[in-house]
Amino acid sequence: GLCKKLNSIYCGGDEKRVDSRTIYVGHRPCPDTEAFIPSKFCDNRIVSSKYTVWNFLPKNLFEQFRRIANFYFLIIFLVQVIVDTPTSPVTSGLPLFFVITVTAIKQGYEDWLRHKADNEVNKYPVTVLEDGRSVKKESEKIKVGDVVEVVEDETFPCDLILLQSSREDGTCFVTTASLDGESNHKTHYTVPDTEKDLQALPATIECEQPQPDLYKFVGRMHIYKPEQEPAVRSLGPENLLLKGATLKNTKKISGVTVYTGMETKMALNYQGKSQKRSAVEKSINAFLLVYLCILISKAVVCTTLKYVWQSKEGQDEPWYNQKNQKEKDTNMYLKMFTDFLSFMVLFNFIIPVSMYVTVEMQKFLGSFFITWDKDFFDPEIQEGALVNTSDLNEELGQVEYVFTDKTGTLTQNNMEFIECCIDGFQYKHRDTRSELDGFTVTDGPVNKLQQKAGQEKEELFLRALCLCHTVQVKEAGSEEVLTDQVDGIDGMQPQPEEERGFIASSPDEIALVRGAMEYGFTFLGLESKSMKIKNRENNIEEYKLLHVLNFDPVRRRMSVIVQTKSGETLLFCKGADSSIFPRVKPEEVDRIRMHVERNATEGYRTLCVAYKQLSAEEYAVADTGLREARLALQDREQKLMAMYNQVETGMSLIGATAVEDRLQEEAAETMEALQGAGMKVWVLTGDKMETAKSTCYACRLFQRGTELLELTVRTLEDGRLKREEKLLELLRDYHRRAVQDAPPVKAGVTRSWSTANQDYGFIIDGATLSLVMNPSREADASQYRSLFLQICQNCTAVLCCRMAPLQKAQIVKMVKNSKGSPITLSIGDGANDVSMILEAHVGIGIKGKEGRQAVRNSDYNLCFILPQFLYQFFCGYSQQPLYDAAYLTMYNICFTSMPILAYSLLEQHISMEILLDNAALYREIANNAMLRWRPFLYWTVLGIFQGLLFFFGVRFLFSNPALQDNGQVFGNWSYGTIVFTVLVFTVTLKLALDTRHWTWINHFVIWGSLAFYVFFSFFWGGIIWPFLKQQRLYFVFANMLSSVSAWLVIIILILLSLLPEILLVVLRKPRGPHSRQVYLFLPFPF
Amino acid sequence: MKNEGEATERPDNTAFTQQWLPAWQPILSAGIVIPGFLIIGLAFIGIGIGLFLTSQTIQVLEMDYTGIEKDSPCFRCTIQSVQNCTCEVTFSLSALFTGPVFFYYGLSNYFQNFRKYGVSKDYYQLTGDTQYFKSPRDVCSPYSYDSKNNPIVPCGAIANSMFNDTFELYQIINGTKKKVPLDGKGISWWTDYNIKYRNPLSVNGSFASAFDGTVKPINWPKAAYELDLTDPNNNGFLNQDFLVWMRRAALPQFRKLYRRITEGDYAMGLPAGNYSLTVHYNYPVLSFDGRKKLVFSNVSWMGGKNDFLGIAYLVVGSLCMVMAVVMLIVYAKFKFSEEDDA
Repeated sequence: GLCKKLNSIYCGGDEKRVDSRTIYVGHRPCPDTEAFIPSKFCDNRIVSSKYTVWNFLPKNLFEQFRRIANFYFLIIFLVQVIVDTPTSPVTSGLPLFFVITVTAIKQGYEDWLRHKADNEVNKYPVTVLEDGRSVKKESEKIKVGDVVEVVEDETFPCDLILLQSSREDGTCFVTTASLDGESNHKTHYTVPDTEKDLQALPATIECEQPQPDLYKFVGRMHIYKPEQEPAVRSLGPENLLLKGATLKNTKKISGVTVYTGMETKMALNYQGKSQKRSAVEKSINAFLLVYLCILISKAVVCTTLKYVWQSKEGQDEPWYNQKNQKEKDTNMYLKMFTDFLSFMVLFNFIIPVSMYVTVEMQKFLGSFFITWDKDFFDPEIQEGALVNTSDLNEELGQVEYVFTDKTGTLTQNNMEFIECCIDGFQYKHRDTRSELDGFTVTDGPVNKLQQKAGQEKEELFLRALCLCHTVQVKEAGSEEVLTDQVDGIDGMQPQPEEERGFIASSPDEIALVRGAMEYGFTFLGLESKSMKIKNRENNIEEYKLLHVLNFDPVRRRMSVIVQTKSGETLLFCKGADSSIFPRVKPEEVDRIRMHVERNATEGYRTLCVAYKQLSAEEYAVADTGLREARLALQDREQKLMAMYNQVETGMSLIGATAVEDRLQEEAAETMEALQGAGMKVWVLTGDKMETAKSTCYACRLFQRGTELLELTVRTLEDGRLKREEKLLELLRDYHRRAVQDAPPVKAGVTRSWSTANQDYGFIIDGATLSLVMNPSREADASQYRSLFLQICQNCTAVLCCRMAPLQKAQIVKMVKNSKGSPITLSIGDGANDVSMILEAHVGIGIKGKEGRQAVRNSDYNLCFILPQFLYQFFCGYSQQPLYDAAYLTMYNICFTSMPILAYSLLEQHISMEILLDNAALYREIANNAMLRWRPFLYWTVLGIFQGLLFFFGVRFLFSNPALQDNGQVFGNWSYGTIVFTVLVFTVTLKLALDTRHWTWINHFVIWGSLAFYVFFSFFWGGIIWPFLKQQRLYFVFANMLSSVSAWLVIIILILLSLLPEILLVVLRKPRGPHSRQVYLFLPFPF
Repeated sequence: MKNEGEATERPDNTAFTQQWLPAWQPILSAGIVIPGFLIIGLAFIGIGIGLFLTSQTIQVLEMDYTGIEKDSPCFRCTIQSVQNCTCEVTFSLSALFTGPVFFYYGLSNYFQNFRKYGVSKDYYQLTGDTQYFKSPRDVCSPYSYDSKNNPIVPCGAIANSMFNDTFELYQIINGTKKKVPLDGKGISWWTDYNIKYRNPLSVNGSFASAFDGTVKPINWPKAAYELDLTDPNNNGFLNQDFLVWMRRAALPQFRKLYRRITEGDYAMGLPAGNYSLTVHYNYPVLSFDGRKKLVFSNVSWMGGKNDFLGIAYLVVGSLCMVMAVVMLIVYAKFKFSEEDDA
């Protein structure tokens, strides 16, 4: 917040009015511009940390006191300071201080890590070209307009416009893994035709103001040449190197800084992350409210009774306890009010101050277990799981909806060329492999059993595969590979070819190029706008690359325009069938459609390949159109899109390819387990329906018995009705089938082992979804949505195909905001999943039930404070505390907090193996089962029972306070100490009873806590403390232990108060040794 | 806990980080719980019987001497105008009251546990720190200064309200009174007497001089240094009666130890016969509807007479037994039905 504000003041203040910024490359004034005004941009310092050394204390304190519980305790503390209250401010001040300190330390530590990371980035040495020299600078000193050099494997220190690359073709490769998670190499291009001499490049860059979209950038570069009109070059995202991305496979690049520091796209993307509150914290707050009500009513009851009691003569002011003048003079109502406050203070411990800190510590330490888990470790990338926020760990146990991407998440995103279809004839790659012996030029890769297409068509298709892509040949050692390949071509060794390294932004492209290689056409590389391929005769063919019409998810195709040696201009286009078929001749489609659909149902990714020959005039039109569109500053995207669509028409279809994307290991098992756990799995993918559907079958999301409800463009096609009418009809029909006729099942328990229940799967595609979400008549929107949502909620699996990234997020948002606000979890790997991941509650994981201890803590406090409340009836409502201040203070933070923390961290109430085998167990904890009102009520009642027991048990004992064999009597502090001892032992042993998984840490902490209590009591009562104004506990504990009666009463009270818990444990225990663990947690045997 | 630095590297393969710590998983099966309950039940019943019987053997003699009734011996003293009132309470024992006999006084509807009352003392004064004699703590108010603004030592409500009825016990043998020696030592906590409370050091050999410039508490007939002039070790703040009083009672109905009967002819107890108790009646309780009583009691290993503990043990022990039986029945039934299923 503050940081951002400062930034806008320092950096963007005067720029707010203009929507573009002008950058002088190398800070050189340029001839043609009005005046050289070096505008002020912000420096390149990244500040991800929240605090600085000097503002840590106030800012952190402010943030912590915004939390209800902390604020409440602060108020109590202030009341204690101001008003004459029964307990000293220390009793609530110390725990509060402890909680605040622990939280501050945790947050300080996290911030320190951020500072360290910031510093690492900000102090990183970079090379800046300044006045013809390379100067080493700290990264934070980079200014907008600086020309920066970056070498291989370094990350870019700021957002740069690529001016120069060590590669000849003016490209460089980057990975943006740290930005959007995509580890593919991406190609970026230098600004065309820039001077080689960067030192004296007189140029300005005009570009838009910083904005967070990683994939959008528009700008224009003016290059000034003496005595000439300034040349203008368009700049797009392909020229922009983003801070945080890493340079790969390129020795060195230079670029001019356009955005720095907090204005880089990376920084803009990480800003403004709102702190999500976990559901657990919300329910804790609700319980706190209940306890606050109990507290207030207790205080009201006591205050009322006090004044009723005092109205009796002689009670208020007996001769032995006269009031002083000040007390006598105080206004009656003011006295009542201070009495009320005093009672509040006395009972305030009913609200456990340490609860938040326990929960926080548990989450913080619990996240380490995720990080440490060996099973999350991927040996391939040498990385384990990374927990980005510890706030949401417990949500992992509460997930109801899982949204998953298909490519790269369910599948490996590791493509393999399977087959192709040329002119309607099928070519199987695997078959050719086996028939390599018979491989001849004329024979071709054709399956002998089948007819084959004409050789011309075949070669055209393979050339298209070789040319229509953005693949790069890996630079390092390429010659070596090349020779290998040349040597091996006669020796029938395909291996060297396989080893040829390709780099591409998408693995399908590599698969296709590899596929073409199998059939004899090898792509050799792109050098200075000329693509080289080696054909079957081992001749090198050269093509001049004129234009690349990049792939985008909306068009779902890409094209290249190349010029052959003979001067022909060809356009090759490849893309999804749906985007190609309308643009080619219908009669060609019919021959290929069948193959495409068959391939799609088999789960392969299919692409269609088309081409067209451009006449000189046609090309001229396209060329100018494309160039113009690229230079446009406004609406460049739309203009380009229009141009692309215009060029990519009237093509002829040559063939189609099928590429397999293998399922991830154990994808099917995982999906089955997720469904078994009662979670609903939604697959959101951009793929076509058939492919996605077959993947769903492959990973057992849909099973044979699953009835599929399809809501796609295909099912909407109906002669009689308009699309929307049909949609409504279908929605109603599906709703009747899936929702109304289905037996009423509780949410979250949809899939069961019994086959009686019909499983439904739901399929919807992007076009239909947008119809559902934004119908033509606004009035229908809510009806459509609710029907859609209800259907989806009753389906075990939902497949959304042909989704745009934004639609993915839309769906997640819709489910998240639906009734009951279920917890959602998104898994994805690509950039198209980012929005969906940000939208969902949780990033990823498996574990849960920790919220439970929060409630436990509060019932601890009920039986802790109840005796204190009851004591008021016996002390004339004078707010006399039952326990010593030290006990009041220590109860939450020392005596009871550690066992609960250890319990919440280490408890495995079901063993790991059983958990892994029975995903259904997850249902037990879903929906915050442990935090619902019933257990809460149970614990409250139990707490009241125990509180009554503690107090009255000791009360009856004290009907004769002579408890020692020397006839001496015990006083009030002995009374309190006995109650407190019973209390500490009871709550700790109760936890012990609940602990099913005793590691040495549990033993240590539980017995240690009790030992600590005993030790502390001896110590506290064993010394005359010089700083205390009274020594009321002096030897009270030791004296108590010297009394047999005290021992006996402690033992019997502990046993009696644990009895309900023991009975419960015993009665719930399964009988018989075989089924003993699982039995318990399943609602039904299977 | 462990070093987080390695977290991004390969995770440690230790039992702790992988949550494979060897664990003991106790299962409260019927085979453990039922015998457990039986044993606990038996033990508790045993203890309960022991406690109950012990409690039964303890003799207690209680006498209210407030003087509410017109015919009660101390009625005379309840009239405010009477000063230095003495009354005589008689009782007779039909059998030997086994010694050592403990002599308590009891008060009811007396709130020593009032919060304001409870803090109304100056601990530093009571440790003999004469600095605080001149300026008692505020919490003592309104018992910190007298009307002439002299500091009160010991200040505060607790000290001021010290119980000041005194008793003499006589056995009446053939019409003559034989004084029963009362032992005032060892009636307060050892630590209170020896460590917690301290007398101020004598000034010029005179203990009283240490209290110069201070006045006695308003309700006290004599100053702190005159509490027991016969025994310097029982004088001042170390007076045992004072110490007993300063240890606040937990409940509004309480008893405090007054004397022990351990000496002379009565070391074995009070023999059967008639006794007369002379009460120097000074302590007013009627204004707040309080009661005063005398209690003679002997003690056992469990302290004074208290039937509660024994009964509680018997009840809980029986409860455990009953539950064990019920569980046994349930268990047997389920076990059989399970076998039928199988």
